[in-house]
Amino acid sequence: MINKDTTFLGYRRENGRVGVRNHVIILPVDDISNAACEAVANNIKGTLALPHPYGRIQFGADLDLYFRTLIGVGSNPNVAAVVVIGIEEGWTSKVVEGIAKTGKPVVGFSIELHGDHDTIMRASKAARELVQKASELQREPCPISDLWVSTKCGESDTTSGCGANPTVGNAFDKLYALGNTLVFGETTELTGGEHLVAERCRTPQVCEQFMEMFNKYQALVERHKTSDLSDSQPTKGNIAGGLTTIEEKALGNIQKIGKKCVVDGVLDKAETPTGPGLWFMDSSSAAAEMVTLCAASGFAVHLFPTGQGNVIGNPILPVIKIGANPRTVRTMSEHIDVDTSGLLQREMNMDQAGDKLLEMMLRTVNGRLTAAEALGHREFVITRLYESA
Amino acid sequence: MIHFVVHEDGDSVGTVVVEGVKSGDKLVGWVMEQDQTVTLQTVSAIPIGHKIALKDLKKDDTVIKYGTDIGRVVAPIKVGEHLHVHNVKTKRW
Repeated sequence: MINKDTTFLGYRRENGRVGVRNHVIILPVDDISNAACEAVANNIKGTLALPHPYGRIQFGADLDLYFRTLIGVGSNPNVAAVVVIGIEEGWTSKVVEGIAKTGKPVVGFSIELHGDHDTIMRASKAARELVQKASELQREPCPISDLWVSTKCGESDTTSGCGANPTVGNAFDKLYALGNTLVFGETTELTGGEHLVAERCRTPQVCEQFMEMFNKYQALVERHKTSDLSDSQPTKGNIAGGLTTIEEKALGNIQKIGKKCVVDGVLDKAETPTGPGLWFMDSSSAAAEMVTLCAASGFAVHLFPTGQGNVIGNPILPVIKIGANPRTVRTMSEHIDVDTSGLLQREMNMDQAGDKLLEMMLRTVNGRLTAAEALGHREFVITRLYESA
Repeated sequence: MIHFVVHEDGDSVGTVVVEGVKSGDKLVGWVMEQDQTVTLQTVSAIPIGHKIALKDLKKDDTVIKYGTDIGRVVAPIKVGEHLHVHNVKTKRW
């Protein structure tokens, strides 16, 4: 299906990274700038506001992660240009300067001393110029290895572990061999299978870093839990779908990293990989949080297997849904991009399922809208480490 | 027609992959790793995606799936019975 000569049509950005979408985003630095951003996006067609509920009085590691997330999303190669709006000058400039390091066009506006009306007018003028300029950018053939691919599953059931997840694993094995940059995460969702990930780490040092992240997240669960988490992890949807314990869910989850990939390194949340290979990112297992972190880390396309039918999307990252549960594929067909339910009836083998996914991935990165994009799913959810001061 | 799949030989459970399985149904299962077919009769209704016990299990036994521990038995389970949160719990957390 794919080999080292395979190419896709992408947008080559100023810093050399390749995007598969050409968004001009209107990015709020804080919750109270959402209204102005949405007004600008309403004025200037073809731009996209990314409203979110945070950005005030955050501090320490949580604030570092916050800036890493906003700057990372703005820096993502799926974004052609950015208009940043914040209530005040200081943090607005920090986000603008962070994104500007990529070389892409980015302008910032702060609301204080101007008010919403004046800010919306000035930002709209800038956004119009940026979106018209972006609309002239052309896709060009790029080697497959330039594509950064992330994965995370959601509303898993038992068919995830024997159908949709190993389909991603098969695709990851093929991409890994071609030198792609890949990521998986969901730290608590490896519980019961952490030893299997540890065995796949490239070096003892990577293994040690992985286990440190894993154990730290276990300690967080132990500190805050009020039960065995059977009300949250597995989720009620997982349990309705037949998953019984976190161990069973984890073993299904791990199928996404295939049989041959090696874990080459670990990433903190929203941290950018420094080279090709498979990376583990310490992250929440909540779908929108994890996919947003992948976007912030610079990934350009996301493979999302689901069992019971998680409907998630992301504003800037195309999220490709893979389903193997025949009931979900029948009842929620508008959400499923790749149907691999034939695996469970031996109508297709895993190699064919992996190729079917890769074919859809290539069509998607060449421009085909995913189900989530067509349905308008733009879940932009920032991970918080603790409450604001 | 495959009614349930088993990840590998030695697992205590299979996963039902068709809708409408009732008590007393004779099911055909596929052991994926070994690519073998097995048959089993249910003793309870089992929804799609839910697990069927491939052997009798007693309290405190370990349930094996993917050749790996997925939890402990908290109530006796008969071969062909629905195995889920009412009779199996996590060993973590």
